[in-house]
Amino acid sequence: MGAAVDIKLKIKRKDSSDSPFYWEEFNVPFRKNMNVISALMEIQKNPVNAKGENVRSVAWEYNCLEEVCGACSMRINGKVRQACSTLVDRLEQPIQLEPMETFPVEKDLVVNRDRMFSALKKIKGWIPIDGTYALGAGPLISSDVQQEAYKYSTCMTCGCCLDACPNVNSGSPFIGPQALGQTKYFNMHPTGAQQKNDRLSVMIGEEGLANCGNSQNCVQVCPKEIPLTTAIAELNKDANKFALWGWLKR
Amino acid sequence: MQTNTVAPLSTSRRFVLTRLHSLAGLIPLGLFLIQHLMGNALAILGSEKYDEHIQFMLNLPFLLLLEIGFIAIPLLFHAICGIYLSFISKPNAHVYKYRRNISFLLQRVTGVITFIFVIYHVWSLRISPVISGNEVNHQVVGEHLANPFMMIFYMAGVLSTTYHFTNGISTALITWGLTIGPSSQKAVRNLCFGLFIILTVLGLGSLISFVS
Repeated sequence: MGAAVDIKLKIKRKDSSDSPFYWEEFNVPFRKNMNVISALMEIQKNPVNAKGENVRSVAWEYNCLEEVCGACSMRINGKVRQACSTLVDRLEQPIQLEPMETFPVEKDLVVNRDRMFSALKKIKGWIPIDGTYALGAGPLISSDVQQEAYKYSTCMTCGCCLDACPNVNSGSPFIGPQALGQTKYFNMHPTGAQQKNDRLSVMIGEEGLANCGNSQNCVQVCPKEIPLTTAIAELNKDANKFALWGWLKR
Repeated sequence: MQTNTVAPLSTSRRFVLTRLHSLAGLIPLGLFLIQHLMGNALAILGSEKYDEHIQFMLNLPFLLLLEIGFIAIPLLFHAICGIYLSFISKPNAHVYKYRRNISFLLQRVTGVITFIFVIYHVWSLRISPVISGNEVNHQVVGEHLANPFMMIFYMAGVLSTTYHFTNGISTALITWGLTIGPSSQKAVRNLCFGLFIILTVLGLGSLISFVS
């Protein structure tokens, strides 16, 4: 083994939610198969910046380390992705890490993703199975439908689609692609379909489909490769019909 | 239990406006654009054919009503709605250089260019001649386009209009839920690109024919 190669990291930091952003550079020793998380862990072990000053270690979120929890989303060299599945030797240096600024930034790379959970509440992102009496078994679901639904079930609420969407921003009421994908997911379930109209009401509302501008970044950046734009186009069809029929029936 | 609640139907104004925005771009404006480009292409066949067509158009019954109801109102609505939508988006095509995302940015840029062009064009070759009582014919248009700067402005205007229209068709088919999956969306995108080339050649060819 020769001398350790350093990798350069340039991180956009923030001490608290109401303090300003600043950039800080770090050099960490390279290890084979290192991902962005393990590079950040090196900073945690030895929080010294590139100038040799002792600093507060960098805050970020992570859980699963295998791209299923969605916690470690951040902008890596400008593009949003999961830090766990991003290998450092495939990146241009200095590796630039930024928080997903579409969300309120709490501290360094940690963001508050509450808006996605409240979006799930708005669209009733669940299957109603509780009643005051036994409701019995639900309808069977064909394996085709199961296969299609499975893709949407893998959504990990990571927020990449919202961060890459040009129409999700502070000036727009857009609920975001994640909630649209989940609307399609729960609407296609035979029991979930009982609340289809409630969900479509959100879709034709102020925060809904009207805000989609077809940039289709969501489907490109989704780490789980969820066909979000297919969901949006299908919802367009359902929502247009729902709005028009609703008006004609009134 | 949640299941039995009846959803109150409240279609938001935003939803209705964006659907009407899409419809206005497709039906009155899109149809008129094709008609207009075809009509102008008669200039390629000679000034008599072109002047004949102008006379035919000017002699249409209820012309003012058609111009206001079929063109002016949908155009202003489409433009104002579109400009509002452009300004609440934050384009990021410099980071995410995907083909659709670049089209998203171009759709907004060409929309604004087209609007500026159309205002000037309608003023100089429709409203102003009516006010001053001057006739519009092949010769007048030819003189109008003789200035090279004007020619470049018109070429840019035609190019941005045809792009905005053809790219708009492909996204409208998504807005109306017809092209759902990525393959059908791609097929329509390619067809629309073909239409873009045809309309652009037609438009630029007509422009050049006025001065050659």
